[in-house]
Amino acid sequence: MEYFTQQLINGLTLGSIYGLIAIGYTMVYGIIGMINFAHGDVYMIGAFQAMIAFLICGVLGLTWVPLQLALMLIVAVIFTSAYGWTVERIAYRPLRGSPRLAPLISAIGMSIVLSNYVQLAQGPRPKPIPPVIRGGFQIMESEAGFVVQLGYLQIVIMLLTVVLMAIFAYLIAKTPLGRAQRACEQDMKMASLLGVNVDRTISLTFVMGAGLAAVAGMMVTLYYGVNDFFMGFVAGIKAFTAAVLGGIGSLPGAMLGGILIGIIEAMWSAYFSTEYKDVAAFGILVLVLIFRPTGLLGRPEVEKV
Amino acid sequence: MAATTMTGAKPAESVARIAIKEALLTAFLVFMLAFLMIGFRTEAQQGQQLSYVTRFAAIAWGIILVPLGRILLVYNRHGRPMPALIGGGLAFVYLFGGALVAILFDVLVIPFNDYFGEAAGASGIPLPFADPIVDGVFGLGALYLVILALQTMRHTAHGILTLEQREAKEARSATRAKQLSLVLGPALLALAVVLPFTPWSDRVLVETMTLILTYVMLGWGLNIVVGLAGLLDLGYVAFYAVGAYSYAKLSTEFGLDFWGSLPLAGAFAAFFGVVLGFPVLRLRGDYLAIVTLGFGEMIRITLINWQAFTGGPNGITGIPRMTFFGVPFDRTPEEGTQSFHTLFGLEYSTMHRILFLYYVILGLALVTNFLTIRLRKMPIGRAWEALREDETACRALGINPTNTKLTAFALGAMLAGFAGSFFAVRQAFVSPESFVFLESAVILAIVVLGGMGSQVGVALAAVLLIGLPEVLRELSLYRMLAFGAVMVLIMLWRPRGLLAHREPTILLRRGSGKRPQKAGATT
Repeated sequence: MEYFTQQLINGLTLGSIYGLIAIGYTMVYGIIGMINFAHGDVYMIGAFQAMIAFLICGVLGLTWVPLQLALMLIVAVIFTSAYGWTVERIAYRPLRGSPRLAPLISAIGMSIVLSNYVQLAQGPRPKPIPPVIRGGFQIMESEAGFVVQLGYLQIVIMLLTVVLMAIFAYLIAKTPLGRAQRACEQDMKMASLLGVNVDRTISLTFVMGAGLAAVAGMMVTLYYGVNDFFMGFVAGIKAFTAAVLGGIGSLPGAMLGGILIGIIEAMWSAYFSTEYKDVAAFGILVLVLIFRPTGLLGRPEVEKV
Repeated sequence: MAATTMTGAKPAESVARIAIKEALLTAFLVFMLAFLMIGFRTEAQQGQQLSYVTRFAAIAWGIILVPLGRILLVYNRHGRPMPALIGGGLAFVYLFGGALVAILFDVLVIPFNDYFGEAAGASGIPLPFADPIVDGVFGLGALYLVILALQTMRHTAHGILTLEQREAKEARSATRAKQLSLVLGPALLALAVVLPFTPWSDRVLVETMTLILTYVMLGWGLNIVVGLAGLLDLGYVAFYAVGAYSYAKLSTEFGLDFWGSLPLAGAFAAFFGVVLGFPVLRLRGDYLAIVTLGFGEMIRITLINWQAFTGGPNGITGIPRMTFFGVPFDRTPEEGTQSFHTLFGLEYSTMHRILFLYYVILGLALVTNFLTIRLRKMPIGRAWEALREDETACRALGINPTNTKLTAFALGAMLAGFAGSFFAVRQAFVSPESFVFLESAVILAIVVLGGMGSQVGVALAAVLLIGLPEVLRELSLYRMLAFGAVMVLIMLWRPRGLLAHREPTILLRRGSGKRPQKAGATT
């Protein structure tokens, strides 16, 4: 029981990170119907920029942890958003209205470019940073002496995710930008006829997705304490899996899918084998798609002739 | 292009103002992209804390050069190409030339550093960036400016075309591509056949060509799945892996030779295709893509972790090499048996096996090609193309979509299995590292870049994507970066692929006056 609780906590933490990346996939897919293959690499760049921000904090002598975290967060989000915008501008916008596979290939190319760019600019070795937030609550202890830990960092990650989700739900539901996004999602041509600036809306969607990916990158930098230029690929696939699992195009679905994937992964590693944890995640995805092709919270797709 | 439309409404704004505004925006963007990632290089020394060194000079140059280019671009867009022509030309000559000199200098003079002392490390031409390759890339950017300026001068292009213009242009180039591929196909084939006997061919060239042909075959195989049946498969490499491991296991455990295990490897791969495809082929488009991607990863993870069967990350070594239909290529054949050179009374040469491998893969690729061409004309091929165009209509016409897709999937998998067997026999070694997602992406890129459905286009794209990195081995670190950039650039340049004419093989035409290229423009 204690062991299970511990795994649940770990899974939730990991799932929050996946969920934040998954939102970027799901928003982009909702609007332009494309898998943004470069998103995983944008997340990796977010992680690197958060790490560099942390180093700069150290050099400037800022040691108060909340200030460090806030700076990492702001710097990573702002600078990574520029990458999100650039990816859209280079790999997607010129190809709007092209055959469906063209943007996919250019996005895969972009993903290769980004990961190799980081390898060149920052070197191929993994980069470790010291833990920023240590310690935590001990919430349970079994008779055998197994202590269930809820780290402060885990609390920060989960809280931040909840806050961001709330902000996003508000953004999508209430603001003009959110309305424009929903309009583009339903019918891009009609939206542009009614005065929605479609290009700008899509750009902003990429920027928002990149911002969330940067937050996820910052969290993962703090949580695992090591970054490398190849980390975006697997995280990207899993986050996309999460987005599909939850129902692509649905924000709560992406979060739910992310948390489910996180928990499945944690549980599978704990009770079965760490080697096959990715197989488990994909296996679940296949099962969901076979029995519920629109995902858990997705709307059924209406086929139009 | 929000800026252009806005300025179009307000003609009072002068070109200079627009140029300055856009240049400032560009400078801001360059700063945002480069400040942290380029400006701070993190260094992870063993046993030390992470530290960094700053490289602000490079950013400063970027912030100066890129907006300058943007200004020239704006002037060019407003019908004044001269600044772009002259500025771009000068920048190209200086940066690219300087980079070239610096690289040559490095290659030629560094080995003699001991004689010249330390000062000989640099060519003496002051360049903005420390790495000459980066200077060269900026030089190429300047060359692009020059090309744009020349285009403006010829009044052929006014910036970005509208969608209709682009479609019309593509329809025209599609017919041209079709005519071109009629000539190019036989020419390439003839070249491929005689290549090993041309005077400039050597071992490296033939081996590179063998590699390229493997990818040509994989591209043609995937073309059946993606190009004909319209199923987006991102895990094609899984079947390649199945084929490779099938041969590896069959030959090391059961002593089968290449020709004996080839059909079995194909059958295994096709079986995997059916098993994996059956549950997921009901899904549409991108769901299929992500599930196939997932399957590809699952197979790779299984290969890594199923130590007892696959040898884990170390793979399987000591796979028997290629034989000439049972006759080995050994220098000294065992007592009482023949070797290839004794059988034909030739002098022993290691080239025999390499040449034989080359012709085997050429043959396999041609079989794939022939199969595709024939299948397109058969009912099943017609059904694939019809499904690609409109699944609902096919269902209404009584075509079973799942079974039809499954045949395409299985056939594609079988061809990948053949290619995988060939890969295993050529390498004499297989390991999971050869079957990563990047391989799937490369094969898909070959199909899409070539222009889906175009056999010659796929071959050209394979030569470009596989051959180029081999040629660029010198650039080692920049190789994959260039590879990704080429993928993006080709797609931007020709979104339908190099030689695109993806029209159904058979088409009902409305009236006789309509030209056939119409179909290419509407898919």
